[in-house]
Amino acid sequence: MAGEKKKRLMQGNEACAEGALYAGCRFYAGYPITPSTEVAEVLSARLPTVGGKFIQMEDEIASISATIGGSLAGLKSMTATSGPGFSLKQEGIGFACMAEVPCVIVNVMRGGPSTGYPTGPSQSDVMQAKWGTHGDHPVIAVTPAYVQEIFSETVRAFNLAEKYRTPVMVLYDEIVGHMREAITIPEAGELEVVDRAKPECPPEEYLPYDQRYEIPPLAPFGEGYRFHVTGLNHKDDGFPTNDPGMIEEGNKRLLRKIENNKEDIWCNEDYYLDDAEVLVFSFGSTARSARFAVRKAREKGIKAGLLRALTLWPFPDKALKDAASRARAVIVPEMNLGQIVEEVQRHVAGPAVEGIHRVDGEPITPAQIIEVIERYA
Amino acid sequence: MSAGAATAKKQKISVPFDYSKYLRAGKLPHIWCPGCGHGIVLKSLLRAIDKSGLEKDRICMVSGIGCSSRTPGYVDFNTLHTLHGRAVSYATGVKLAKPELKVIVVTGDGDALAIGGNHFIHTCRRNIDMTILVYSNAIYGMTGGQFSPTTPQGSMSTTSRYGNIEPSFDCCELAKASGASFVARGTAYHTQELERILLRSIQHKGTSVVEIIDSCPVYYGRQNKFKSASQMMEMIEKDGTVSVKQADRLPPEKVEGKLLRGILHEAERPEYCEEYQRLIDKVHGK
Repeated sequence: MAGEKKKRLMQGNEACAEGALYAGCRFYAGYPITPSTEVAEVLSARLPTVGGKFIQMEDEIASISATIGGSLAGLKSMTATSGPGFSLKQEGIGFACMAEVPCVIVNVMRGGPSTGYPTGPSQSDVMQAKWGTHGDHPVIAVTPAYVQEIFSETVRAFNLAEKYRTPVMVLYDEIVGHMREAITIPEAGELEVVDRAKPECPPEEYLPYDQRYEIPPLAPFGEGYRFHVTGLNHKDDGFPTNDPGMIEEGNKRLLRKIENNKEDIWCNEDYYLDDAEVLVFSFGSTARSARFAVRKAREKGIKAGLLRALTLWPFPDKALKDAASRARAVIVPEMNLGQIVEEVQRHVAGPAVEGIHRVDGEPITPAQIIEVIERYA
Repeated sequence: MSAGAATAKKQKISVPFDYSKYLRAGKLPHIWCPGCGHGIVLKSLLRAIDKSGLEKDRICMVSGIGCSSRTPGYVDFNTLHTLHGRAVSYATGVKLAKPELKVIVVTGDGDALAIGGNHFIHTCRRNIDMTILVYSNAIYGMTGGQFSPTTPQGSMSTTSRYGNIEPSFDCCELAKASGASFVARGTAYHTQELERILLRSIQHKGTSVVEIIDSCPVYYGRQNKFKSASQMMEMIEKDGTVSVKQADRLPPEKVEGKLLRGILHEAERPEYCEEYQRLIDKVHGK
């Protein structure tokens, strides 16, 4: 049946909006910013058709704030931004981590720092996605590389947000955000769609941060469970605490709920990995060049392989260690001055680790990657 | 007034209001300092909510950061204590996602008018249905007494050691100019009047803003040589204000320099969530 489905030529940002709708997104708050604006434009037209709500807020901070509010009222909620807007959203992302509010934040990465290169691509917000907001906390970030994948990874981002009661970031770069490719929209039911767990206990027994659960159920506001939400360190009933033990336990549970479920959250693509002696670790649009480079290297008889991360955070250390154990070199191409390469170095002992970096607003080419692969052949 | 009427009035006042219905068990004592007006305001607010007949499940109270923003922790509603300045933005999300909720925002002068100033004016502009209560005590209390956008010029604070050189905002004029369809001012001193104003603001459809003049004896009072919390209340809230009704009757020189109390602006304007529903209906060809 799949072959009979109609294909649609779609831009990456449009696929993101369609993926969100497929996942059940019914609330979007955003602020215009290049190169992510099309996500807002499409959703402003599409959300009312499904009874959903779109609001253009006065700034980026208000957008993430309203997104969190919408989610607490029970709707699957999303916001999208780029570069400087992602910086501004960090305080809200921290609140969503702390208060455990499911939501999706799309960041279409452009050149930086500061206003940088608004119409050019980069992959330089990957560490900001991990550590951009203050405090210690885990995050989930997915990194699609194809327009079809922006659709499916946006669906997966909503599923992970709902399942783990946490903000999930969809990170892709301007190249794939503005690229048009033919994609197939899955039928309803074809992709899994997860809804958050709601409490089944009587309201008087409800604890929004019940320590007995790894991920406590979340009641929507206005349905009889009158509870408190705060960005302060809190007890299991949601009210602030200064108790050192409770503060520590609350922070550790935030970490645990992601760490203990990494196998479920991780998603990678293996390409010629079984016997790869020269490993390329890549993500996002750069991985498209890497894939091409690996294929060309194989044609030349070089045992090269690609490990492509679709989940960048939590970092896929297990798959990387496994693939690197058979390799003599790990090559990390990324459109920044060296962010993920350091994460790779942290986890890989033995093989040489070499980054390929580019911050001129141009994509890393297959030729650049092949050149380095050949050096380790 | 006849003796009988006076007795009836006295009896009415003597009936104690049961605040415990709206307060969360085990969450008191509150964090507010002795002499702070926030608790008095909360009592007026809970009486107004009671009179409104709204069910607790239908109320969502949202706040930002600061002393007044701790209010939601004490009351038995759906409560959301957010980030500094952002309360109205979180509240906008809650309200638009679930318009059947009555959203009440509790915020302070620094929270609403400084760090949240942009959110405040745009919320008023949209005229989204919510009640914004700006507890205005002219100081950042929680951080220990720095000047705020409503601190009078010349006032002392821990960051204006030689007297504040900045002009202050008129919260109500700002709200009105930004498009809020109900704007009022009350004080912690005039508790019955405040209760009436708050009830009206809750019943209003659209963005309603109530500036509540309130005193911070610990951080504003001490730095500005007030002798006591009660003296401060009398000087700032009682003698420093005049009701709109009185102001009409008084000679201009008796009104000059005083803040007006009462309902200052009321207009019928399309409400945001209703407009959005109309948009959805239009898209569906209704």
